[in-house]
Amino acid sequence: MLARRVRLVSQGAAIGLVVLLFALLAWSLVSDEGGALAAGSAAPDFTLERLDESGELTLSSLRGQAVVLNFWASWCIPCRDEAPVLEELWRERREDGLVVVGLDAKDFRRDALGFAERFGLTFPLVFDGPGDTVSPYGVTGFPETFVIDREGKVVDVLVGAVDGDEERARLRRAVDEALEP
Amino acid sequence: MTARGLCAIAAASLCALAVATAAGAADPPNAADLEAKLVCPVCETTLDQSNAPVAERMKLYIRERIAAGDSEREITDALVAEFGPGVVASPPKGGFGLLAWLLPIVAVAGGAVAVWLLVRTWARSRPPAAGERPLDPDLERRVDEELARFDG
Repeated sequence: MLARRVRLVSQGAAIGLVVLLFALLAWSLVSDEGGALAAGSAAPDFTLERLDESGELTLSSLRGQAVVLNFWASWCIPCRDEAPVLEELWRERREDGLVVVGLDAKDFRRDALGFAERFGLTFPLVFDGPGDTVSPYGVTGFPETFVIDREGKVVDVLVGAVDGDEERARLRRAVDEALEP
Repeated sequence: MTARGLCAIAAASLCALAVATAAGAADPPNAADLEAKLVCPVCETTLDQSNAPVAERMKLYIRERIAAGDSEREITDALVAEFGPGVVASPPKGGFGLLAWLLPIVAVAGGAVAVWLLVRTWARSRPPAAGERPLDPDLERRVDEELARFDG
């Protein structure tokens, strides 16, 4: 009688363990999927330490302005080609209500500041060393740029460096759309 | 050997141990050891298994800090301050990370208890072996007769 009960409990525990492992596997597969945020979805909010000055920056505090959110790192080679393009865009369109935000992730602060100085970046920079924002945005590599409208919705996602004519034109179109009242 | 002699030997041993401990603590950390304990934030393997640009930069940083005289703890803390607690390959021994240390012990202990219960149950429910059962008197008598015939 006791043997039967022990056997049943053992079998139940084994089946339960297998089910749990399958559930974990399924969850990890689902959570790894996705890629970058789709256009039209809400940009996940964040509050991050400022790199270019003291304090923090919260994305939602920029509501009402269009935002070009650029994920980068100092060790990322294509980011070097893209940095002057973003700086130029910031200088040209900031009066229209555009904010370029450089989000430095998985990097050393010191290296990021050196990068900003080297390329004369004057737009707001935030630091996310652990890369906690990478997953909510579905960023798969650096650089990646999200154009966000005044309502906080993603207008376009540019994967890879915005350095060629085609990518620049696409970025400008998306910024125009994001700036629409 | 006198009590005084024993005390002298004990004191000398303690001094030697203290010196050895101090020397060990002063040893500079080993870069390879640290690279095996820290994780590349991009590829999420240990640094010694990664050649990602950020991993290479972290390896350089480790060597710079070792050359500057930092301890293993100081270097690890500095990297955690930059990249967060996930940069350490082993989970923290506190908070939620403590579960990762405790669960294997609980699992092994639970497994041992389960095996013990099973073995005990099987041992109790096992039917007695044929040799343990008393022989039928008639059969025993016949066996005795046969054996006596062989002996005779």
